[in-house]
Amino acid sequence: MHVGNYLGLVHQSEQQLADAFSKVADHHGDEPDILQTCQLLSSWSQEHVKALHPLIDRYSEDKSDEPERLSQTLFEAPREGSLALLRDLHDLWLLANEVQLCWIVLLQAAKALRDQELESSCEQFSHQTQRQITWLLTRIKQAAPQSLVVAA
Amino acid sequence: MKQTRDSIVNIWGDRAPYVGDWPVRVDERTTEAPDHWVQSACILCSNGCGMDIGVKDGRIVGVRGRAVDRVNHGRLGPKGLHAWVANHSSDRLTQPLMRRNGKLEPVSWDEAMEAIVQRSKQICQQHTSGAIGFYTSGQLFIEEYYTLAVIGKAGLGTPHMDGNTRLCTATSAAALKLSFGTDGQPGSYTDLDTTEAILHIGHNIASQQTVLWSRILDRLAGPNPPKLVVIDPRETETTRKADIHLAPRVGTNIPVMNGLLNLIIEAGQINPDYIEAHTVGFQNLKATVAKWTPERVQELTGIPPEKLRAAAEILGSTSTLVSSALQGVYQSMQATAAAVQVNNLHLIRGLIGRPGCAIYQMNGQPTAQNTRECGADGDLPAFRNWDNPEHISQLAQIWNVDASIIPHWTPPTHAMQIIRYAEQGSIKMLWISATNPAVSLPELPRIRRLLAKEDLFVIVQDAFMTETAELADVVLPAAIWGEKTGCYTNVDRTVHISHKAIEPPGEARSDLEIFLDYARRMDFRDKDGAPLIKWSHPEAAFEAWKECTRGRPCDYTGMSYAKLSAGSGIQWPCNDTFPNGTEHLYTDGVFNTSADYCETYGHDLTTGGAVSPEAYKAHDPKGKAFIRAADYEPPHEEPDAEYPLWLTTGRVVYHFHTRTKTGRSQELNNAAPDSFVQISAEDAAKYGIAEGDMIEIESRRGRVIEPARIGNILPGLVFIPFHYGYWDHPGRSRAANELTITEWDPISKQPHYKYAAVRIRKAESAILQDIMPDAKAEVVETVKEMLNLEG
Repeated sequence: MHVGNYLGLVHQSEQQLADAFSKVADHHGDEPDILQTCQLLSSWSQEHVKALHPLIDRYSEDKSDEPERLSQTLFEAPREGSLALLRDLHDLWLLANEVQLCWIVLLQAAKALRDQELESSCEQFSHQTQRQITWLLTRIKQAAPQSLVVAA
Repeated sequence: MKQTRDSIVNIWGDRAPYVGDWPVRVDERTTEAPDHWVQSACILCSNGCGMDIGVKDGRIVGVRGRAVDRVNHGRLGPKGLHAWVANHSSDRLTQPLMRRNGKLEPVSWDEAMEAIVQRSKQICQQHTSGAIGFYTSGQLFIEEYYTLAVIGKAGLGTPHMDGNTRLCTATSAAALKLSFGTDGQPGSYTDLDTTEAILHIGHNIASQQTVLWSRILDRLAGPNPPKLVVIDPRETETTRKADIHLAPRVGTNIPVMNGLLNLIIEAGQINPDYIEAHTVGFQNLKATVAKWTPERVQELTGIPPEKLRAAAEILGSTSTLVSSALQGVYQSMQATAAAVQVNNLHLIRGLIGRPGCAIYQMNGQPTAQNTRECGADGDLPAFRNWDNPEHISQLAQIWNVDASIIPHWTPPTHAMQIIRYAEQGSIKMLWISATNPAVSLPELPRIRRLLAKEDLFVIVQDAFMTETAELADVVLPAAIWGEKTGCYTNVDRTVHISHKAIEPPGEARSDLEIFLDYARRMDFRDKDGAPLIKWSHPEAAFEAWKECTRGRPCDYTGMSYAKLSAGSGIQWPCNDTFPNGTEHLYTDGVFNTSADYCETYGHDLTTGGAVSPEAYKAHDPKGKAFIRAADYEPPHEEPDAEYPLWLTTGRVVYHFHTRTKTGRSQELNNAAPDSFVQISAEDAAKYGIAEGDMIEIESRRGRVIEPARIGNILPGLVFIPFHYGYWDHPGRSRAANELTITEWDPISKQPHYKYAAVRIRKAESAILQDIMPDAKAEVVETVKEMLNLEG
């Protein structure tokens, strides 16, 4: 039984994602849509972290420092400017996909366990993570041409 | 001098009570007897009243309403009757200007255009056309917008083109697209003639569209008057006529609409057959609004439950309904999400596509609809979908260019992002036509700073030396309405032609001529080496536009200059099937949502994240309308201890935009000569403010000083009209947008002008505190007494 392993992984990954969204919001405060949307999406991840507690209690999580190491690798130093914004959104997208994959794996386990509570939680959180990813991709596609081709 | 009515004193005119056919009344105001009349339409709001221009000895001497026109039945409002004098204003721009040694100096057209062309070519070579942006208007004509769109999209190939329609009507387009698949108003003004109920949300129609309001007033005075529900945080002429006035706190449109929808669904007042046959998404809406009980709505909005119930009773039981929304929705938090709820109300009750049922997702400006249709804003011409390769190849074929030149890798850049790129330096040339961002964009200190930047080449094409033109590198004098021929489309899809009545002053040229000259000098070519722009006069431009619209929802192919001149307004679509135009869209309940036809694949209502083509096609609604739900998100800035009051901005009836025209009419200006701040009696007492006191209003972004007007507004809220800038009143900081926030709706990208946190104090105290920041209160009081100041 390794459900606790993935619960630990998703717990830490969501926390990293929440922190990263809020850090990117701070770094790019001159871009109002980035600031506000990243703050909002950070709050979504924070809610997931909170909502995980009953499940963690049930399956007892294995603590993992992998997500922390991943986000340290991704967000190097604070970056500024339009290319930096693109790179930060890029890294958020990678982190969010890490989270999403955790939900997909856990959803599979939930089905095999016939644990309806875990299943519906995974579906709900996965849906919201997908919305985070969709927004990130939309904004990345918008920023990419100007950042790579035109900006100094 | 002939004046059939004094529209300054009696704004809406005398009542003509009716139901069915709105009686004709011809309003006229001329300073001399004209020797001839020229067919046109009013260009001072989005209503699109048919009018004739009176001409004597080559000058405009007045206007009169067109009795036969389907929009106004002869009537005109105060702005239309008066603001035409601006054409002959002595301070019109009459020759091109260029900045030399820091000063704008007269130059020839050749010099000005060559400078622009040289700079364009140099920028394209060094940085690509992605370093060139266009910011246009809601005031130009179809022929001009379409020409500009082709220049931008198929000549230069830049994605950076938008109109000031981003500030006024982008949410209208976004909401229509999200619900019905494409832009286009479903109903018609004639629906007011028979409807049983009317809903205005965030729309002070009495002030904005005075002639349309006259139509409603005449219905209210007639037999079987419609029930009127108005949602507005202020008390206005519109709310005074309402059967039910809901006054929500700023930023709470979603709770109000969700609360109303919940009551209607709970009462079983929906049309299940219509929902089943013609919509998708109802269950999600039902689940979302179920949480919005009247009591919960009250907590957030302040609206008493019994009032919400009374409004829901009207909206839930009426068998016909006309709804309208405007800036109170479009420029506020959750703009698109809230506007979509108005569409939902009509969809769940099946009140659409038949006489008496209309949704006016209103436009602010007279030609805003055309900015959207022609692709001069962040859309592609004729409501094509930038994410649909087939639509791009249609455009490539029409323009005979390679599809790759047409920027379609992302949605066209919206105005606030264009401004941001200019601020950051990646946009190096910004061409502004017929709009005044130095007064109309949010957070003016920032806008002035970035427009004045050394590394930004600013071209301003205008009729007057606006606050924006003052900051330009090149100023091009433009001919305006009455001095050129072209067409434009109003809110209910009525297309009018406006003929040239007089010559423009001095060397001023029409916007069409200027764009055509630029295209010639830039030598834009199609893929066979022929000139890209194949027209050289307005009628030929209109013919080209017609071809671009063939088979699209806004089909103009059945119109012509001759046909438009022979009648007085034709509603699109007008084609072989509907040769006389079309009053109602979606009469068969089939919407423009099919994957191959729709204008957008949709967005997340909260984040704005774009739905992918694959995801859309997987659930192709194939003609069913979307019912989309949204939950409440609080505004991004709320009053706190430091800035304890809400600011909201809006209009006064006598002015339009930044008063470039209306401010030049003596009568209109005398009627509303200066800006003001409106505060409640409660707040006035709290701050010791009397009527007329000069008040300093400060936000985190700037400050203004305005005379106080007391009353007719909720406590905790202050209101400042957005019209007033500095061209005729340098000195006192008074433009409302000194205070507003740089942020926008995630879907429509329309800025949030309707809320900001501010603090107020009497200006005398403000000055004293500024001079003596460390002085004790007693010292300030003593100085005040010495200076004989109160408060």
